[in-house]
Amino acid sequence: MIVDAILSPEFLNATLRATTPILFATLAAAVAAKCGIINMALEGIMLFSALFGVLFSAMFQSGILGLLATMVMGGLIGLLLAFFVLKLKTDEILAAIAINLIANGATILILLMLSGDRGVSSSVKSVPLPRISIPVIENIPYLGAVISNQNVLTYVSLIMVVVVHIFLYKMPLGLRIRAVGENKNAAESVGISSKKIQYIALVISGVLASMGGFFLSGGYMTYFTTGMTAGRGFIALAASFMGGNTPVGGFSVSLLFGASSALSNILQLGNWPYEIIQMLPYITTIIGLAIYSYVRMKKRQKLSDRG
Amino acid sequence: MSHNVLEMKNIMKIYPNGIVAVEDVTLELQKGEIHALLGENGAGKSTLMKVLFGLESPEQGQIFLNGEEIQLKSPLEAIKKGIGMVHQHFMLVSSLTVAENIVLGIEPKKSIFVDMNKAIDISKELAKKYNFDIDVTQRVEELPVGIKQKVEILKALYRGADILILDEPTAVLTPQETEELFVQLKKLKELGHTLIFISHKLDEIKSICDRATIMKSGKSKGTYKVSEISTNEMSKLMVGRDVVMTFDKKPLSLKETALKVRNLIVEGTTGVVRVDDLSFDVKQGEIFGIAGVEGNGQGHLVEALTGLTKKYCGDILIFDQNISNKNINEIRKLKVSHIPEDRMTLGCAANMNIMDNLLSNQYQSSEYSGRFMLKLKKIEERVNKLIKEYLIKCKSYKQNVGMLSGGNIQKVVVAREFSTEPKIIIANQPTRGIDVGAASFIRQRIIEFRDAGCAIVLISADLNEVFELSDRLAVMYKGKFSGVFTDVKKLTEEELGKYMLGIKKDEVLEGIIYE
Repeated sequence: MIVDAILSPEFLNATLRATTPILFATLAAAVAAKCGIINMALEGIMLFSALFGVLFSAMFQSGILGLLATMVMGGLIGLLLAFFVLKLKTDEILAAIAINLIANGATILILLMLSGDRGVSSSVKSVPLPRISIPVIENIPYLGAVISNQNVLTYVSLIMVVVVHIFLYKMPLGLRIRAVGENKNAAESVGISSKKIQYIALVISGVLASMGGFFLSGGYMTYFTTGMTAGRGFIALAASFMGGNTPVGGFSVSLLFGASSALSNILQLGNWPYEIIQMLPYITTIIGLAIYSYVRMKKRQKLSDRG
Repeated sequence: MSHNVLEMKNIMKIYPNGIVAVEDVTLELQKGEIHALLGENGAGKSTLMKVLFGLESPEQGQIFLNGEEIQLKSPLEAIKKGIGMVHQHFMLVSSLTVAENIVLGIEPKKSIFVDMNKAIDISKELAKKYNFDIDVTQRVEELPVGIKQKVEILKALYRGADILILDEPTAVLTPQETEELFVQLKKLKELGHTLIFISHKLDEIKSICDRATIMKSGKSKGTYKVSEISTNEMSKLMVGRDVVMTFDKKPLSLKETALKVRNLIVEGTTGVVRVDDLSFDVKQGEIFGIAGVEGNGQGHLVEALTGLTKKYCGDILIFDQNISNKNINEIRKLKVSHIPEDRMTLGCAANMNIMDNLLSNQYQSSEYSGRFMLKLKKIEERVNKLIKEYLIKCKSYKQNVGMLSGGNIQKVVVAREFSTEPKIIIANQPTRGIDVGAASFIRQRIIEFRDAGCAIVLISADLNEVFELSDRLAVMYKGKFSGVFTDVKKLTEEELGKYMLGIKKDEVLEGIIYE
């Protein structure tokens, strides 16, 4: 029964849907990593964005405007992280932990103040982004059921893989981000301001992460619940790392995590213990990281043997 | 005649710690020449060039470019004025291609994208113009050192460098790569560029430079036409003692052979042979000095002797035991002590206190370590005793070593290394960069250990030190011993300078091995 479920177009459709928020965050992690900073605040940025996505879209009574406002806010949090790390010389991990902890508490507080509820935002009349069906593809058997009828942001996330790839590898700013991340001194010796580049990269990273956060409450679901990011920001960090911090590599690993997330939804139909099934995406992360590190270690050993 | 393209007048640079690195130095560059800046390590060459490249601002002095006074506040300004620098440690981004590295920061654009094809074309053209044979689409990480250096030179040229500073460019190159570099530097000169060539290798200067400015302890010893000055004269200006010091030593009494080295070859990371087939013996009761300009393989020799590297061929025997399979701890258990060259990286843990540092080679011994806990009372006693004995100036042993002055840090290192009753001491630049008082204290200690029958290998670039301490003296030049002297007292500084700079070389080394 489970095998049938996995082969069904519905499962692949659900995989894409579950991949979307992780994918945005993975791209965000990749841009930050390329400039030499680990953006561990992804989780907090996503959580803030999930809440404010609901609030903004309710305020503007428009999903698009809500998304744009959320992206601005995500960029600002990225800027804040950059300010801590680059200006105040805080440790990047500690600054990120602070942002994540603030996000945990502040989202509950704000939700309580504005909706009177500390768990769900269902009393706020928000406007989620719509699903679209793609004219020709929707009629293709199987494929149509997988690809068509997804949320707008799912398509946007797929397009962003290409956009971020082009940005990093074809545009001057991307080249400079990569140069700064790899050898700051070399970049500075030719007159590139490494700080400016890192500020820009972290803002972009924040914007990308906020899109993933918005999707959670304005696409994947239509309301905000506390803690709804459920570690996706951290999973994305792992995904980006395993994908070699490249957009395309990160995309393939995000798909894996999306699939394990979708799988855990299907398994709930069987009579497996709920708690174990819920652990699936996280176990996938740990196993994935372990395999990745092992392979890399072996490769290094081979290289050093040669040298 | 050609005019002066650049003049640095009466430059003075004093570092915040009070060390005068450059004192009243004047340097004049003529258009289209290769100008050597010659001097030993620490003579102030690099500091002077840092001033010229906008990395350090001088306390005094003026810089004129084509007769116009200029202020250089940052490398960027220097680059804009047509001054380029090829650093000893390359400033390249490894995962990018050669072309990307060359255009980085001023990329050619096609609308909002980098015009990669144009970047490749520009780089190819540049390489062709200057006769550099480089595949510009290769990633820098895949390139050998010699080619990386060419990329650095191209980078500077693409930014319009008329004056190119080359900071010891041959230090990392193999002889073949050096040959190739020289051909290219001559080509650059033909095309009208002015080059500053920093070096302490006289043969290289003779072969490609037009004029040379010689520096010694921060001062200029004058500028000379290379064709009109002999290597002997150059070495005399470059090497020499400012003050002569003497120490009392007991008459030499040799005991058994402690250290035996046979046919030792050590390769550096870039595949350059750093120690080239060395053999020598050291007996208990003598100080075996190894003189030489830094970077002639002394560091690699020490790494092999102390077990820091295992990548060597040949044999090292300590009291007739081969150490090729012994780790550093096992070598130390053979009563070998090591004063490392760089006290801050290998000598101490700067963020730990004096007690921890003094204990770091002893904490495993049952005398100071119980089954679970350290025996703090005993440790405290020992540490306080050492602080007193070695005159370490500190508030208490709880002070972090990094807070002490250079001389006192070195005393901590020496106290630790000498406190284990060593039978062999490998002392690498034991008094470099510390005050006179601490230096003479440490030298005195070394002599005491020698008198007590310890075998000592003293590696030093300081002539006072090798002259006064050594019972036997070898000079290291390009990985080999260029000479060995059993009667150090008869040796003159001039003579030693010739051996250090490779002007003189003995084919047969007498007295290096005991029968």
